[in-house]
Amino acid sequence: MTATATLAPATAELATAEPAPAAKKELTEALLYLDAVTVTFDGFRALNALSFTVDPGEMRAVIGPNGAGKTTMMDVITGKTRPDRGDVFFDGGITDLTKLDETQIATLGIGRKFQKPTVFENHTVLDNLRLALKGQRRALPNIFRRESAAARERIDEIFETIRLTEHRDRLGGALSHGQKQWLEIGMLLAQDPKLLLVDEPVAGMTDAETAQTAELLRAINANGHSVVVVEHDMTFVRDLGVRVMCLHEGSVLAEGTLDQVSANERVIEVYLGR
Amino acid sequence: MSTSPMNMTRQPALLGTSGIIFLAVLVAVSVLVPVLNLAVAPDSAVHVPTYVVSLLGKYLTYALLALSVDLIWGYVGILSLGQGAFFALGGYAMGMYLMRQIGTRGVYGDPVLPDFMVFLNWKELPWFWYGFDMFPFAALMVLLAPGLLALVFGWFAFRSRVTGVYLSIITQAMTFALLLAFFRNDMGFGGNNGLTDFKDILGFNIQADGTRLVLFVLSALALALGYVLCRFLVRSHFGKVLVAIRDAETRVRFTGYRAENYKLVAFVVSAMLAGIAGALYVPQVGIINPSEFSPANSIEIIVWVAVGGRGTLVGAALGAVLVNYAKTYFTSGILAPYWLFMLGGLFVAVTLFLPKGIVGTFYEWREKRRQHDDIPDEPLATPRPAE
Amino acid sequence: MTSSARLSRLPRVLCAALALLFAAALVQRVEAQDISAALGQLTTNKYDDTEAALGALALSGSPAAAGIVSALADGKLFFGGTPPRVFIEGTGGALLDPLTMQPVADAPAVKPVRVNNRIRRAIDAASGALSLVSLDAAKRREAALAVGRSRDEAALPALEMALGKETDPKVKSAMNLARASILIGKEGITPAERIAAVELVGAEGNQDALAILRSVPESAAPEVKQAAAAAIEGIERNLALWGVAQNVWYGLSLGSVLLLAAIGLAITFGVMGVINMAHGEMVMLGAYTTYVVQEVIRTSYPGLFDASLLIAIPLAFVFTGLIGVLIERTVIRFLYGRALETLLATWGISLILQQAIRTIFGPTNREVGAPSWMSGSFEIGHLSITSGRLWIIVFALMVFFALLATLRLTRIGLEMRAVTQNRRMAASMGIRTNWVDAMTFGLGSGIAGMAGVALSQIDNVSPNLGQSYIIDSFLVVVFGGVGNLWGTLVGAMTLGVANKLLEPYAGAVLGKISLLVIVILFIQKRPRGLFALKGRSIEA
Repeated sequence: MTATATLAPATAELATAEPAPAAKKELTEALLYLDAVTVTFDGFRALNALSFTVDPGEMRAVIGPNGAGKTTMMDVITGKTRPDRGDVFFDGGITDLTKLDETQIATLGIGRKFQKPTVFENHTVLDNLRLALKGQRRALPNIFRRESAAARERIDEIFETIRLTEHRDRLGGALSHGQKQWLEIGMLLAQDPKLLLVDEPVAGMTDAETAQTAELLRAINANGHSVVVVEHDMTFVRDLGVRVMCLHEGSVLAEGTLDQVSANERVIEVYLGR
Repeated sequence: MSTSPMNMTRQPALLGTSGIIFLAVLVAVSVLVPVLNLAVAPDSAVHVPTYVVSLLGKYLTYALLALSVDLIWGYVGILSLGQGAFFALGGYAMGMYLMRQIGTRGVYGDPVLPDFMVFLNWKELPWFWYGFDMFPFAALMVLLAPGLLALVFGWFAFRSRVTGVYLSIITQAMTFALLLAFFRNDMGFGGNNGLTDFKDILGFNIQADGTRLVLFVLSALALALGYVLCRFLVRSHFGKVLVAIRDAETRVRFTGYRAENYKLVAFVVSAMLAGIAGALYVPQVGIINPSEFSPANSIEIIVWVAVGGRGTLVGAALGAVLVNYAKTYFTSGILAPYWLFMLGGLFVAVTLFLPKGIVGTFYEWREKRRQHDDIPDEPLATPRPAE
Repeated sequence: MTSSARLSRLPRVLCAALALLFAAALVQRVEAQDISAALGQLTTNKYDDTEAALGALALSGSPAAAGIVSALADGKLFFGGTPPRVFIEGTGGALLDPLTMQPVADAPAVKPVRVNNRIRRAIDAASGALSLVSLDAAKRREAALAVGRSRDEAALPALEMALGKETDPKVKSAMNLARASILIGKEGITPAERIAAVELVGAEGNQDALAILRSVPESAAPEVKQAAAAAIEGIERNLALWGVAQNVWYGLSLGSVLLLAAIGLAITFGVMGVINMAHGEMVMLGAYTTYVVQEVIRTSYPGLFDASLLIAIPLAFVFTGLIGVLIERTVIRFLYGRALETLLATWGISLILQQAIRTIFGPTNREVGAPSWMSGSFEIGHLSITSGRLWIIVFALMVFFALLATLRLTRIGLEMRAVTQNRRMAASMGIRTNWVDAMTFGLGSGIAGMAGVALSQIDNVSPNLGQSYIIDSFLVVVFGGVGNLWGTLVGAMTLGVANKLLEPYAGAVLGKISLLVIVILFIQKRPRGLFALKGRSIEA
């Protein structure tokens, strides 16, 4: 940790001092604002003064080698891991995410797709979507809940989007790997979040499926949802055609278009290889 | 497979085939047994003697207890090794009412104090015995005592995300602590001997044949209502969240549900059902003592559910009756010394060879037959063993 | 009668007789070592003379005096001849000279020195006083302590005489203490002397000292009372500390029992993740192994009894280890990854094992004896420590460190850790994971069996033995942090000490209950135990 260490603390100092006007503007305009976030596991720095922002309606791809801190970053944003230091704000600086737990953050409008597809295997595909659909989340009212017509329509729409209408009555566990990935994205859509965090959505997919997934994510983004995609598949990232951020050893190594980032000497050295 | 355009497909009915069969059997039994007891001559081959009525009544309360375990183990994945504690608390609440009904007919003839308190030289009734002379209060306590314990315990446990084996171990520690506590004379629950020598219930002689029959029918009714309640719960949106928690709790949290609240509601309902089972059990067997709290008892309940099939409700009730019938049969005959071998073997055999239990295996077989023509190449998604 | 029994009677006898004796002694002015006059008195055949002679002997401090007094007590003291002399009857009836203990060449006709009840009391008193000058330092100290407890003023002259001659510092301090104890309550001494006595007693710092200090007379000078109050306060504070220390010791002892019970589980549950409800039965089997070993020794090789535990330890390890391997191969290996199912299956196994033992050995408790080196006790300061408990602590720690070394330093330990961390990787490195699983489970079970050998010494050996440990063991492992052996050590000792420190306030059962509640609450606060392994959270 030599070269990057010189990069990261510079941003850290900026944040701990009196917020500069530029930083303030960044904070109020950003949907997601991370500043100098550090997470340590048993002496290992998973995140090292990580700072970046995501604007409303933006789609961002995150790349980086294994252990760069991509999943930990998502854990921090969704409240699964508490940062040792640093700020995480949502919605123009209104909400401090470090004070909330997963459920509260999910209710605020941050949806997450896991690296390993996680659907409810013993529920039908339909019930998976019903469970995810935005609506009543409290326990007691849900004992007597009845499904509304609007909800039914919305679910039909999502089925169209994720192309699983045929499979609505099958159990989630019986779907193929790629179908599970789509179902999970569908469940995110059903939650209608402001921000989607998508962890390796095309791992284990065929080329055709990969292309379809890129299309699906672009459509979701076009509908006004902000999206952060973590992915190793460079073809897929190119298909997305969005701003790219490369993480390394827990901080941002480079940011820009895919071509800019690919051209970065350091990125080539630690990630892409020569 | 034909997929309907509307998504109102395959919503299981409130009861379902096995549920209807189950309720029909319960109705049949609760009509037949009284008839065979009252209207058939005692020397007839089909006469049901009163002791058998009470025995069957006991099985039914066990079935309700098993149902309460299945609700949380089968559907939420909470393996409570302390369910016997809720059963015993309900039983003690009923036992305290029955003790107060003895009045001056006790050995020492004290109008207020139960015999064991006179024996311990107590002068006054402890405050927590107040009100138990009134049946409605006692009935309320049958629900509240286990319910509150479950609420407090569950609130702490689920909020701090104690799950799986850890939860099982602390539920076991909980019932063990209660076992030790109830063994103490100072606790005011009769210590080692517990509560017994009951005389009557709501003014009826507790030994009378008629009372026994009514208790039996009430047990059947409680089991039926308990079944319908559980079935209603697991079919609801609430119930679907429960299953989702069992299979992928983290996903549920990230979907915006407060998993701990769902677990807590299910846990409290389950504890109350167990309490009702205990309250019906005590007048039929005539005694409640601290051994009901023993961890071994609670684990035994689990095997009833496992034998019948967890997550099937009907299976839990069936398993409870089957295992307890086997226990009665074998522990009274020449095979008595081998009962524990059999019970132990049953634990091993069921987990190794029949992980879905009798009813679960039957469902699986039926499902396979149904799917055989449709999608032969896709095996049924086997419910993975939830932790 | 043993010497200690006689000594315990000493205080009373001293009270009764010494006053008289020393009154006589003062008149006689007997010089130390010179007991010839006393010997002469023994030949007059008069009770009064005999009694006076005993008084003189008691104060003489002569090495021969004790022999003469005890010969008189045994009816082996004779006199006769002209001029009359005293003889002691030796073995075989030979008459010996009382000073030299050599046979007398020309033995005259002799008569026994007569003894009646009065003389017998005088004999007891004299032998008591003589123990203060006995050649055996331990005896002198014991006698001094007895005098101190009796606080009889009449014993003061003998005590002061003995003090003058005493050279052993330990005995001397005991005598000083005894003297101070007497002086505190004595009339007619100066306040300064009394304060010195108070301080001397106060320095002793035990319950006896407290009783003595509380008896400072009302009439004493204020500064004396003040000194006594200060000394009492100091002692009480000191004793409270020792009381805590004693409870901590009991706690460590209980903790070592918990450690023994839990350490095997720390392997099967902590390392392998197998919820082994039959773990307690492995402990039970180890205890029964000890019983069988002792039975064989009793009937065939009685001389080996003291070695029975040493023989039983390896046998129990091998036997329960094999049973463990058998269970792993036949049941548990089919249930990996299904923790709750394992729990049920192993519970079934525990029922079978219990019933098997009940069928073979019967339901009642079996007698397992303690070898001689495990009985007895000793004191450190005000701590009383029983050897048996000490050995169990030592044994528990030995097992713990042996296990730690096995995991850290041996090939099989390395393979075990490899399989735990990454089964597939380990398999592809050529490690026979099945074999390692079986060995690991066997190791955990074998350790439980060894624990059973130790626990057979402090608990009833019955088929239910294991049941009483299983919940505690799980709590210890979970409390300490699963997968962390040090956590198990700290967890066991913490729970043991906490239990014993709670007991004085809550009583044994309530203490246990409150501990269970505390652990339950603790686990909810830190679900992964004291020493949780932190790491990137696993998904879903």
